[in-house]
Amino acid sequence: MSAEKLTYMANQIANFFKNKPHEEAVAGIANHINDFWEPRMRLQLFEIIKQGGEGLSPLVVAAEPAIRKPAKTSS
Amino acid sequence: MPLIKEIDYGTRKINSKKMVTLKIDGFDVCVPEGTSVMRAAMEAGIQIPKLCSTDTVDAFGSCRLCLVEIEGKKGTPASCTTHVEEGMQVHTQSDQLKGLRRGVMELYISDHPLDCLTCAANGDCELQDMAGAVGLRDVRYGYDGTNHVNQRGASDELNARWAPKDESNPYFTYDPSKCIVCSLCVRACEEVQGTFALTIEGRGFDSRVAASMSEDFFESECVSCGACVEVCPTATLQEKSVIEIGTPEHSVVTTCAYCGVGCAFKAEMRGAELVRMVPYKDGKANHGHSCVKGRFSYGYAAHKDRILNPMVRENVEDPWREVSWDEALSFAANRLQGLQKTYGKESIGVITSSRCTNEETYLVQKLARAVFHNNNTDTCARVCHSPTGYGLRETLGTSAGTQDFDSIEHADVVLVIGANPTDAHPVFASFLKRRMREGAKMIVVDPRRIDLVKSPYVEATHHLALRPGTNVAVVTAMAHVIVSEGLFDETYIRERCDWDEFQDYVEFVSDPKQSPEAVEALTGVLAEQLRSAARLYACGGNAAIYYGLGVTEHSQGSTAVIGLANLAMLTGNIGKQGVGVNPLRGQNNVQGACDMGSFPHQLPGYRHVKFAEVREPYEKLWGVAISDEPGLRIPNMLDAAVEGSFKGIYIQGEDILQSDPDTKHVAAGLAGMECVIVHDLFLNETANYAHVFLPGSTFLEKDGTFTNAERRISPVRKVMMPRSGYADWEVTQLLANVMGADWNYTHPSQIMAEIAATTPSFANVTYELIDKLGSVQWPCTDAAPEGTPVLHVDGIVRGKGRFIRTDYVATDEKSGPRFPLLLTTGRILTQYNVGAQTRRTDNVAWHEEDVLEIHPHDAELRGIKDGDWVKLASRSGETSLRADVTDRVSTGVVYTTFHHPDTHTNVVTTEYSDWATNCPEYKVTAVQVSLSNGPTKWQEHYQKQSARSRRIEAAE
Repeated sequence: MSAEKLTYMANQIANFFKNKPHEEAVAGIANHINDFWEPRMRLQLFEIIKQGGEGLSPLVVAAEPAIRKPAKTSS
Repeated sequence: MPLIKEIDYGTRKINSKKMVTLKIDGFDVCVPEGTSVMRAAMEAGIQIPKLCSTDTVDAFGSCRLCLVEIEGKKGTPASCTTHVEEGMQVHTQSDQLKGLRRGVMELYISDHPLDCLTCAANGDCELQDMAGAVGLRDVRYGYDGTNHVNQRGASDELNARWAPKDESNPYFTYDPSKCIVCSLCVRACEEVQGTFALTIEGRGFDSRVAASMSEDFFESECVSCGACVEVCPTATLQEKSVIEIGTPEHSVVTTCAYCGVGCAFKAEMRGAELVRMVPYKDGKANHGHSCVKGRFSYGYAAHKDRILNPMVRENVEDPWREVSWDEALSFAANRLQGLQKTYGKESIGVITSSRCTNEETYLVQKLARAVFHNNNTDTCARVCHSPTGYGLRETLGTSAGTQDFDSIEHADVVLVIGANPTDAHPVFASFLKRRMREGAKMIVVDPRRIDLVKSPYVEATHHLALRPGTNVAVVTAMAHVIVSEGLFDETYIRERCDWDEFQDYVEFVSDPKQSPEAVEALTGVLAEQLRSAARLYACGGNAAIYYGLGVTEHSQGSTAVIGLANLAMLTGNIGKQGVGVNPLRGQNNVQGACDMGSFPHQLPGYRHVKFAEVREPYEKLWGVAISDEPGLRIPNMLDAAVEGSFKGIYIQGEDILQSDPDTKHVAAGLAGMECVIVHDLFLNETANYAHVFLPGSTFLEKDGTFTNAERRISPVRKVMMPRSGYADWEVTQLLANVMGADWNYTHPSQIMAEIAATTPSFANVTYELIDKLGSVQWPCTDAAPEGTPVLHVDGIVRGKGRFIRTDYVATDEKSGPRFPLLLTTGRILTQYNVGAQTRRTDNVAWHEEDVLEIHPHDAELRGIKDGDWVKLASRSGETSLRADVTDRVSTGVVYTTFHHPDTHTNVVTTEYSDWATNCPEYKVTAVQVSLSNGPTKWQEHYQKQSARSRRIEAAE
């Protein structure tokens, strides 16, 4: 899916949690992404962050370490 | 299987706790105080003759047939309007009564045609029955006098009292010559349906039933719910299907296949032919009421467009080729397996349907998990109520409505937000309107002036006509008023909710930024009105929230659901009768499809796949390893398909090309796939992009269960053989087995047994229990062996109710110079969802095309007159349709439905979606409207492509 769309979706999640205390917000974002984002989406998010995370909310970037790294896709 | 006949007790059931004992014909009868003598007699098994009463409407006392003698009382009172008294001694049969009743019947029959043998109601006519019951043998008055029966008199002169049959309604006829003016139809229209379309015009012998201002039924305010037909004791109001076919000989109780109310119906049959659908009085969701869809709109099941043979094609440009089931299934299995080999096991998935049974849905998600070995399963609830699942789970702990429908009888204040029950959930709307007539107050939050805002004898206290997309701001402002004015229920919150979270919420919501005054400019709702509405909700007694897709289908849909749960917890309105947070589900089995593990992150019973203890029982039972990773949701599948990593899909009973937003994106996704399997009744729009078509079965052709909006699991029963040869659950099983599974279900009850064995909230559900109780509401467990009508009674399910902050985040879909108006979409009474079913019935007489509602001011600015062709354009696409200039919508807002593929409204809607669940933002699209000459280029192109892709090569 397009990086733009994924960035947009991640930022929407960050927006919901933004007024929580920082740690809680970061954990909330990571949990939400872990619970609902399929590995392909998470891999792409990591890729976006690796490329500098342009347009991505700093809260999402802060949540990165807590986002689960997908196992290599088995086929 | 006999014809099921519910007992008619003659007058309404009374719920008094005080009991009264009396003697009827010498037998002791004990009934609640306030019960009629007629009902008391029937409870003792004694049927007093009657014509103008039935137990669904108030007693009226006009037919004078139900007379009785009561010791110590003068005369012969009507038993329907006489209440029981302690020690009363009633006689229901005597020489005097016999004579009186016979005299009454003689008068009735003297003005009634004697064509019983050729009458459609022959054998199903109360007038006929009563003539027999009272021993009528002669009509001394003859039939030649003044009458309503004959078109011409003895010397061929026209009879001014005679009126022709009204056949304008597609489904029933009104024959004034057979009417006995009992007024049951008028009272059913008022009391049961609440439409007040019928009346008795004239006086005395001139009295006649009239629709609206003596219009024909079709042109009148009649909504064709069938309540009048149901109570008519003669053939005056008669189903056309009975006129054409004859009376039914057996019947089976089943559940309607339309909306989330889930009405119980008797499918009345003659052999394998369906004669009529009659609402079942003992049905706990509908109590004998119905709407035009469930009662009459089943003609699609026998429609010529039904596809009855499996079909395949190499490429979507090819014509379809009819093949055997074996060939179609191997074709599908080979392609799917080939795709997994080439592109990985995550490259295929399934979509389950809210129009299919629980058992079918369960099998489809099992196909993904146990045969495809991935979690790529999603359901159409993704695009309607997924935010309900998320929001109610986070706050209360269960992804379901809190009440049963009967709870409305105890509500004092009803908040209807983002729902239009009179169109989308008509039977529930009738219950709601009845409660309003009894004095309950209503707050409507909706950009449009829906019928509930003001209709006969119903008027909302407040209509907050908010700007589309501002639900969260309005709901949060209501909470601000409740908190800042100290209207919350502290005892309840301390006892049942998390106190720390509440403190945090108070801090958030008390901020003046959340006040009605601060958001007034944004929402368009006057602050003072919002304050009054909030006070009414908090202080008006039992307050119940009913909401629909106007809440969920927004970029903040989940936040809005959380906001509603916050409101209910703040005011102690969770956990008893008459209150609650209640999603009105669009399709019959939305609740069930969600319950059955259709979501890519959850196994049945809403349990996340990440937990080993959740996966384990299924892994053991199915003998496979289940992935602990969430799969793709529908929009993600389409994105992945466009990108090239998702290649094949099995879609049961859904038409994503028409129903999902941003049509061009959906089409691009489908076009990118190499194996699209559509399992449906018709070649739907999605099938334009399909390689395999598997013919589906209707709800009349299979066994199973549907779960309605009140968590009620109701039976679906096979009344005829599947026309394609297989019920849908059998087809899924065949496909699974061709792909290497070894499933051996021989009846859906075995699938339910597997569901019950693995899903805690369904633990005690069996077909036997459903048969015994008629239906059962989950949770159904050892602790609640007969189910659970109201949730959170002993405490909120998640432990402590959780208040969550609901910051308003404006959608990025904003009106501006290019697209200055906001489009919101919805549904109309006579059509259903994508219209695949209802467009193939006579309902098209009411709504043959989608129209665009536009405010007179906006219309005038653009030179648009009522009925003009207009172009509706957004940044996603454009379509054209006719304009309906009306002030039901506010200025700046336009509205349409999405029932017709010719309009294809979703070509205009956008890719924006709910932050938590990806539920699309159907309810807000910035658009421009301008005059046009007719269909747009896209529509013309689409129609051509659609016709091309539906070509079928004859089988060899």
